[in-house]
Amino acid sequence: MALNSRVPEGPIKDKWTDYKNHINLVNPANKRHIDIIVVGTGLAGGSAAATLAELGYNVKAFAYQDSPRRAHSIAAQGGINAAKNYMGDGDSTYRLFYDTVKGGDYRSREANVYRLAEVSANIIDQCVAQGVPFARDYGGLLDNRSFGGVLVSRTFYAKGQTGQQLLLGAYSAMNRQIARGKIEMFNRHEMLDVVKIDGKARGIIARNLITGEIERHSAHAVVIATGGYGNVYFLSTNAMGSNATAAWKIHKKGAFFANPCFTQIHPTCIPRSGDYQSKLTLMSESLRNDGRIWVPAKLEDAKALQARKIKPTEIAEENRDYFLERRYPAFGNLVPRDVASRAAKERCDAGFGVNATGEAVFLDFASAIERYGKTQAKIQNLENPSKEKVYQLGKAIVEEKYGNLFQMYEKIVDENPYKTPMMIYPATHYTMGGIWVDYNLMTTVDGLYCIGEANFSDHGANRLGASALMQGLADGYFVLPYTIGDYLSNEIRTGKIPTNTPEFDEAEKEVNDRINFFINNNGTHSVDYYHKKLGKIMWDKCGMSRNEQGLKEAMTEIKALREDFWKNVKVPGSAGEMNPELEKAGRVADFLELGELFAKDALDRNESCGGHFREESAEIDGPQKGEAKRNDKDYAYVAAWEYKGEPSDAILHKEQLEFKDIELKQRSYK
Amino acid sequence: MNLTLKVWRQKDSNAKGQMVDYKVTEISEHMSFLEMMDVLNEQLINKGEEPVAFDHDCREGICGMCSMYINGEAHGPDRGVTTCQLHMRMFKDGDTITIEPFRAAAFPVIKDLVVDRMAFERIQQAGGFISVNTSGNTQDANTIPISKHAADEAMDAATCIGCGACVATCKNSSAMLFVGAKVSQYALLPQGQVEAADRVRNMVAQMDLEGFGNCTNTGACEIECPKGISLDNIARMNRELMKASLS
Repeated sequence: MALNSRVPEGPIKDKWTDYKNHINLVNPANKRHIDIIVVGTGLAGGSAAATLAELGYNVKAFAYQDSPRRAHSIAAQGGINAAKNYMGDGDSTYRLFYDTVKGGDYRSREANVYRLAEVSANIIDQCVAQGVPFARDYGGLLDNRSFGGVLVSRTFYAKGQTGQQLLLGAYSAMNRQIARGKIEMFNRHEMLDVVKIDGKARGIIARNLITGEIERHSAHAVVIATGGYGNVYFLSTNAMGSNATAAWKIHKKGAFFANPCFTQIHPTCIPRSGDYQSKLTLMSESLRNDGRIWVPAKLEDAKALQARKIKPTEIAEENRDYFLERRYPAFGNLVPRDVASRAAKERCDAGFGVNATGEAVFLDFASAIERYGKTQAKIQNLENPSKEKVYQLGKAIVEEKYGNLFQMYEKIVDENPYKTPMMIYPATHYTMGGIWVDYNLMTTVDGLYCIGEANFSDHGANRLGASALMQGLADGYFVLPYTIGDYLSNEIRTGKIPTNTPEFDEAEKEVNDRINFFINNNGTHSVDYYHKKLGKIMWDKCGMSRNEQGLKEAMTEIKALREDFWKNVKVPGSAGEMNPELEKAGRVADFLELGELFAKDALDRNESCGGHFREESAEIDGPQKGEAKRNDKDYAYVAAWEYKGEPSDAILHKEQLEFKDIELKQRSYK
Repeated sequence: MNLTLKVWRQKDSNAKGQMVDYKVTEISEHMSFLEMMDVLNEQLINKGEEPVAFDHDCREGICGMCSMYINGEAHGPDRGVTTCQLHMRMFKDGDTITIEPFRAAAFPVIKDLVVDRMAFERIQQAGGFISVNTSGNTQDANTIPISKHAADEAMDAATCIGCGACVATCKNSSAMLFVGAKVSQYALLPQGQVEAADRVRNMVAQMDLEGFGNCTNTGACEIECPKGISLDNIARMNRELMKASLS
């Protein structure tokens, strides 16, 4: 089967407008007879469900949490990008497009990214109209800040809780439609399979997580908006329940899975403290606006820090290595995430780590506090202010900007980051890979759509900061509601889809068989035992740097682990009740397959690009020595995998990427 | 450290619950409270017993899913944190810790420590929104300047995570801090003015219908709120309701 991206013809800046002018529409009276299922209620799913209901479709929305407001979009901290150019610093749709394609290391689809940049400004207008309290300046206008990988300030924010505020905006729009009966909300429900009839997605099988009941739901189209698969690493910044089950199930039913090896390891997370650790906490990238990242320049200082013999503040300025500023003078501490993460790992691997495990670097606010303090002293006309006064004034500014993040850090680590530098280390955060979709956001299965982090499209091999919120809301508010209409215009005569058909019977049986297996298996190891083992293989062999041998080992080890899981996993309790262990078992079973495909994809891509660093493909000398080496001749494609039973048997389909509007260049931040 | 836990166990919403004692050993002070619960559950699974069901998800204090009542306090003894951010360094070796679900007539227990907070959903559905469709043609975001103070105050109210600690803490099981926060966010912004009167009337009516109690100004909710939502929001809601009744 040949992949067809269905990108419209014409100049890039006119594609979306022309497309919208020529698609088929569904008249309002007919929309009332069309049902759409939306699985997942984060920024993408929530905004899509609300908008589709406003348009007049009947929406059924599903969330495994007890409320749509709890989806993990809520945890996004730093902000959302938009090409508004309110700062007058030269921003434009083209520049946002360019930055995103370059930041993604030229592995995304140009037309999709341009559309994203184009609708970005509408998102801000829409959210303000909904009452999202973005930060403002004293003149009452919206404030912006800067994020990694760009040279303008285009990031809108609501303190360190931007994701929360945007999600509550989408949630409020959903609530309005729930109250009107246009959205039927299924909280505490998990999708366990998709149902296909005559090649089209026609419904889902879901489990009621309170009663354990298995339910059938039909619709004319199904939208998957269930987020990424970062929890394949066990430890990540994702929520405990974040999972890939919906995405993996549709993959097994014919949706191709694209670029699974493109995973983002975020540089600024709180380092792990012990084996009991259940998750990792992110410290927003916005901190890199003001924080400076360093390790000791001398190995003996690092050793002393690791043994807790000295304090970081005792290390003199000249004995500090601000390694990002040293290696990347143009972007400094604001290089993209993949670059910052690898640089931190390089220093720690060389022995310069600053905590007991040797896996941490400093993020230091001392100079920012001093700089802000001096500015404030000037504003307040203080002559020769004391050092303490400057610190006090500066601290107040830093507190206003990042107070909640500093408080979070202090609660977890039990150290005061105003007084001593924070310690950070990279952690799995986001997955750029995901279900393959065309320009319409439709998967390789008719009537089955995939939006937000769950799809692969916009971020290439590395996502820039503050772009995930932008993409989730762009897909849900402004893209899918148009593209799905074009498909549904052919469904106006279909009528209600019955659920008493052999296709539903079969899907439900498969789901029940699997649940019954888990409950009756009576094995020896808990689900977490397997999840942790899988996580360790993934982190060690498919983490920040990868090589052929390690990836081959990972594939073998994951397969063996999976076989052991299906023999010896132990799930307590019964099927007909609330059973969190049973939920986890199903999710980990899917991660055990996805992990192997991940390694296979990473093995196939023998180049370094974005978050995917192959040790075999690095610059050997010259000014870029040690940096990632991309190979556009052989690998400028999207790797879309077709399911064929075992993950190792998956078949590769290539979507060749064409760059007509951006010249392919080495991504230099020096 | 070694601890004794007294945990509320209840099979389902119809069953009668009871406190059950468990022992956990070698708990690190750096663990979060929920990681300590993970240790307990792993222990129970290995012994062939059913693990304790509890709500949790993001484990970074923002989703509002986690909800335990620990030693008589919603989210436990620390201030400004949710249960998932509570760390074991707040406890001492040998301590006995009592763990119960959030209790309120409007929050029925589903299982063990998991409660049903759908009442909050229905209150939001009654009016917790601004009636604006997604069009892409709304006016430019900078058309209406909003004073920084109003925007900041609206943001402070909007940081509510909807966990229900205020209700669990209040002797009247009142939800006024939760409802007041949402009413305030919109009341402070020009976009929220158009529907302000209907919003407060409908949300308060639904709150009463759900069986939440009234506010008697003890202020316990503000102290236990993990996000520091201020009592001022309740006062603002009452003013808004008064205004609405006069219009």
